[in-house]
Amino acid sequence: MYGVQIAFRNYNPVDGFTGSPWVGLQHFIRFISSYQFGQVVGNTLWIAVLGLLVAFPIPIILALLVNQLQSERFKKFTQTVLYSPAFISTVVVVGIMFVLLSPRSGLVNNAIQLAGGEPVFFMGSAEWFRPIYVISDVWQNAGFAMIVYLAALSGIDPALHDAAKVDGASKLQRIRHIDLPGIMPVITVLFILAIGNLLNVGFEKALLMQTNLNLPTSEIIQTYVYHAGLQQAQFSYSAAIGLFNSILNLVLLLTFNWVARRANQATLW
Amino acid sequence: MTLNTKPVAVPAPATRPRPAKRTQTFRDRWADSAFNIAAVTILSLSIIAVVYPLYFIVIASISDPNAVYEGKVWLFPSGVTLEGYERIFADSRIWNGLGNTVIYTLLGSAISVTTILFGAYALSRKDMPGRKILMLLFVVTMFFDGGLITKYLVVRDLGMLDTVWAVVLPGAVGVWNLIIARSFFENTIPEELREAAQMDGANDFTFFFKMVLPLSKPLIMLMIMVHVVAHWNSFFDALIFLNDDTKYPLQLVLRNILIQSDVSSAGTTGGDIESYAAAQRIGELTKYAMIVVSSLPLMIALPFMQKHFTKGTMIGAVKS
Repeated sequence: MYGVQIAFRNYNPVDGFTGSPWVGLQHFIRFISSYQFGQVVGNTLWIAVLGLLVAFPIPIILALLVNQLQSERFKKFTQTVLYSPAFISTVVVVGIMFVLLSPRSGLVNNAIQLAGGEPVFFMGSAEWFRPIYVISDVWQNAGFAMIVYLAALSGIDPALHDAAKVDGASKLQRIRHIDLPGIMPVITVLFILAIGNLLNVGFEKALLMQTNLNLPTSEIIQTYVYHAGLQQAQFSYSAAIGLFNSILNLVLLLTFNWVARRANQATLW
Repeated sequence: MTLNTKPVAVPAPATRPRPAKRTQTFRDRWADSAFNIAAVTILSLSIIAVVYPLYFIVIASISDPNAVYEGKVWLFPSGVTLEGYERIFADSRIWNGLGNTVIYTLLGSAISVTTILFGAYALSRKDMPGRKILMLLFVVTMFFDGGLITKYLVVRDLGMLDTVWAVVLPGAVGVWNLIIARSFFENTIPEELREAAQMDGANDFTFFFKMVLPLSKPLIMLMIMVHVVAHWNSFFDALIFLNDDTKYPLQLVLRNILIQSDVSSAGTTGGDIESYAAAQRIGELTKYAMIVVSSLPLMIALPFMQKHFTKGTMIGAVKS
């Protein structure tokens, strides 16, 4: 945190953190007025919002379904299988994407060709970056996120379900009126946490998935910081962008926590 | 700003006793069986969606690369060959990376688990001065950090670039894990226990080592596993802090070969296009095998780890 000050200075290694001259908000202004600004911030928000809209509800749905399963064995099996990809490293998951989606020899393109289609160069096209990113995210993480909701579901008093059954409620009605309200606090807290990390998530994966061809959609704030800062050594400029990202994030978090509080929902603090 | 979240104490696994069958109306029985069919179908499809890509990689890794290339491999391997694996095990980069990963994993996990246990226990003690402020400072870093560049500069100025320390120290104390550990101590170590021990003449250290740690086995297991998995899979710190490729961990080696398609291991010696294409196909084969080899240790350990992770998720599950 102490190092954050270089975002407001013209950092050079000779003078060090405290010796470099102050330049105020110059770096922030340079970023905001640069031609990449719109694209980079837009890409970041796209990925984040798309990820949230698609990837956030799926674990909840899975948990509700798994929770209703009759067979304990199938329940356990489903849990284990669905969350096993969480233990595969990001590098390997992206590696899997590259081999399976490879335009000449990949499984997916073989299937497309078998169905009479034209092969698609998935990893090298800007349009495909977002769908692939989000789908692989769900593939890898939905099962793991599901466990939290299952834990919350197991905390619901079974008497409620019994009473509802006596009154003739169907499974769907019980999910709607007992399970969902029961795990609502957990959903809200996890949602706020997700918002709080909205702009940070997936940086490593985006960086790994990046190819020169998909840059128009894959360059997000964080990868931009990495390129400008570490590869081109513009330390102050990219520190300013990183700080910009953090502040944006914090604002989002505070806003949503406030909204949740106004709505009388669970909050973080 | 304090984090008022209390963990849910969930004693039993995510199951509950089935209530006795009750009579239902006809309409509900129909709706329920429709629901059951839908649920089982959706979950079965999800299972296939998760398992098939992994299964395909395994069979592709032992199949004739030409068959894979022509799309003849779908359910069973064809023309079984172990060449991919032979090439991996002959590749010194892989062995070197594996060795480094083992070192980083052991050292990093030991450092993280020790600091988290000590730190979280101290933070769980209500009589520790400055507890609230310290916790606040930790939580702030969860949502607001100085960013990549400042982290890099700090590590550089501490002279840790290109050393083991750059990989194991910067992320040593994860705040999330610290909170989980603190909540665990707060909920499982009653204050009365400490008072009783103190009456018997135990000081804080004796109490911590003789009482707290033995009572915290599930937490310790969880922390060890979280960190082992994290270190085993991490590449990013190594990517930014290490220049010397003899220090690269396995994941970084994998990235260079799998993603950056650095297939020099495939031995492209022949000059003509034919042998180049063949070499490339074997390069692909090597990639499949590499994915299998690098994920296998964690996949084998998964059944043993699952219990602890499920428990840990529940310790950490937040509720207001």
